[in-house]
Amino acid sequence: MKKLFVLSKDFPNGGGPELLFWVGCAGSFDPRAQKVTKAFVQILQAAQVEFAILGNEEQCTGDPARRAGNEFVFQMLALQNIETLNMHKVKKIVTTCPHCFNVLKHEYPPLGGHYEVMHHTQLLASLLQEGKLQIEGGRFDGQVITYHDSCYLGRANDVYEAPRSIVNHLDGALVEMKRSGSKGLCCGAGGAQMFKEDEPGSKRINAERTEEALELNPDVIAVNCPFCLTMMTDGLAEKDKQEKVMVYDLSELIVKQL
Amino acid sequence: MAIQQIIFIGLLAVVIWLASRSYGQILRNIRLGKPSKLEGERMVRLRNVALIAFGQQKMFKRIIPALLHLCVYVAFIFTQIELIEIIIDGSIGSHRLFAPLLGGSYTIVINTIEVLSILALVATLLFLWRRNIMRLTRFEKPEMAGWPKNDANIILLGEIVLIIGIFMMNGADGLLQALRPSEYPATGTLWLSSVFANSFFGGVEVSTLIIIERIGWWLHILAVFGFFLYLPISKHLHILLGFPNTYFARNTPKGMMSNMPEVMNEVRSMMGLDPDNGSDVSAEIPEFGAKDIVDLDQRHLLAAYSCTECGRCTSVCPANLTGKKLSPRKIMMDVRDRMEEVGDKWSDHLIEEKSNGKVERRFDDGRSLFDYISAEEINACTSCNACVEACPLLINPLDIILELRRYEILTRAAGPAEWMPMFTTLENSGAVWQVAAERDDWTNDLKVER
Repeated sequence: MKKLFVLSKDFPNGGGPELLFWVGCAGSFDPRAQKVTKAFVQILQAAQVEFAILGNEEQCTGDPARRAGNEFVFQMLALQNIETLNMHKVKKIVTTCPHCFNVLKHEYPPLGGHYEVMHHTQLLASLLQEGKLQIEGGRFDGQVITYHDSCYLGRANDVYEAPRSIVNHLDGALVEMKRSGSKGLCCGAGGAQMFKEDEPGSKRINAERTEEALELNPDVIAVNCPFCLTMMTDGLAEKDKQEKVMVYDLSELIVKQL
Repeated sequence: MAIQQIIFIGLLAVVIWLASRSYGQILRNIRLGKPSKLEGERMVRLRNVALIAFGQQKMFKRIIPALLHLCVYVAFIFTQIELIEIIIDGSIGSHRLFAPLLGGSYTIVINTIEVLSILALVATLLFLWRRNIMRLTRFEKPEMAGWPKNDANIILLGEIVLIIGIFMMNGADGLLQALRPSEYPATGTLWLSSVFANSFFGGVEVSTLIIIERIGWWLHILAVFGFFLYLPISKHLHILLGFPNTYFARNTPKGMMSNMPEVMNEVRSMMGLDPDNGSDVSAEIPEFGAKDIVDLDQRHLLAAYSCTECGRCTSVCPANLTGKKLSPRKIMMDVRDRMEEVGDKWSDHLIEEKSNGKVERRFDDGRSLFDYISAEEINACTSCNACVEACPLLINPLDIILELRRYEILTRAAGPAEWMPMFTTLENSGAVWQVAAERDDWTNDLKVER
């Protein structure tokens, strides 16, 4: 693996790669999501895409605080992040988390942070499209892959095709759940639900979604969000299906075929 | 001037007077909210009105109800032509004024209305069946018990009365045209109503036919008047407000939450950054978020009046689907109910307060939206936007839920207990979890080529 650039360490006087990889809290700290982070880094390097990270200068975008209703904490984090990003003259950001993606793209501009923001599935899809990323194929021959839309990439930002085009580059069969695309069902983590217990009800939302996926007898549930990853993995464990069905981020599906 | 004409004009005047009061009240209630900032281009808004309200684009995500609704909707639009004629006839004492004026096209128009009316009748019966016999889940949620359910049925029964009126009127008229051509101008053959007339009152005496025609005519216009006066207390107000609602609906990406400039400026000055536009940070503790309808945008209040309680939002809400108390439709119904309560009590509960020599008036009846909507409901929301996506009229329950959460957290300092340590960790360490690791620790075990 090639060297990973950290803006403050490697380019203290400015300059540096055009693209910033925004890792996010889950991608930095959650052991399962770290694997996605590493997979994505490996792919970017394989495709010879120059990029840097913020390292310890990065903070939570503030998404869970804002959606929980705590605008003060959101503003604190957002304004600090914007200070950092503007200091490094960042223009282009890619992130593996659709929540970070949504906030960086839509909610930082009114606060003074203007960047071109991509979700990693968009970048990966275009790398595959342009042939800058070559994959061997064959790894998912004959396997059933279902794709779970995250709310913040899907409905919130209308990105439905890019992630699906990645699955189509693999050799597996993409099978859609009943509720997919703009009708996709939430995994249950959004709106800061990830960080609290469910309100009283008849079942957990991730159980509902996992059952829907299991109706298809899939080999793989592909996701684009670290929180969906947790929720679907927990859902499978509850049904004791964690051995039979795997939950992967789309970047992990690619990295297996590099 | 004939007696009927006098009665009609008097009735029309009463209807207009009553309507101006009740519709005026709706407008005043909507204005209780904060003025909405209209973002986006005017052309996009107009396109939304054309495609989504007029063209019913989003209805077609569910094909069966879309087709049934289309029948009623198109019939409603077309019948306006006949309605205009009835109002003119009633006011000036003419009979079928448009028939000689329009000639052959009159025959086509009335025949079209009759065909659409039959389609609307079929649709109406199927709607009644879906609600009362099939009992679709989305019509059976707790918030639908009582008045909302009756309201829907009243409207559907009213439609049936209206359609019966049309066929009595047109059917008897067709027979009278042959018997009294001087008084009943020829309309050309009206296929459906002539079948109706021949099977129900063929061979009936002229005097009886005249009465049947009048009963049909009055039934039609009384149903319309009743309908018009009933709308302000009904979910069916969407037939009017659906159009402005799609125009005023938020036009920004669904994932985007509104910024709170007052908080931004306070945090900026706290951080030693200049307040954005030099506005001073107020000394008194302001209230953030929405506690009551006066804190919501006018567009949210308009949306609450535009909601026809179809429940598409609730039927796709992940929280509701898994048995939680949250129902996006109930949020809209609660906003409307509270708005009407505030509107009714407005002048009795105004409190005058002097501040900086100015007298400010504010409404306080000791109640708020939180007397309608519980914390348990708003805390169950995943902000997934399924409800927003589902609404055929671009109503956004999520924006309201998030404004209530802002009040809950920022002003009440309440909220789910598990969120408090999350806020603390975010504030202290900039990460959403309390972890001992550094943010870039994951890079340590990368095998980097030297």
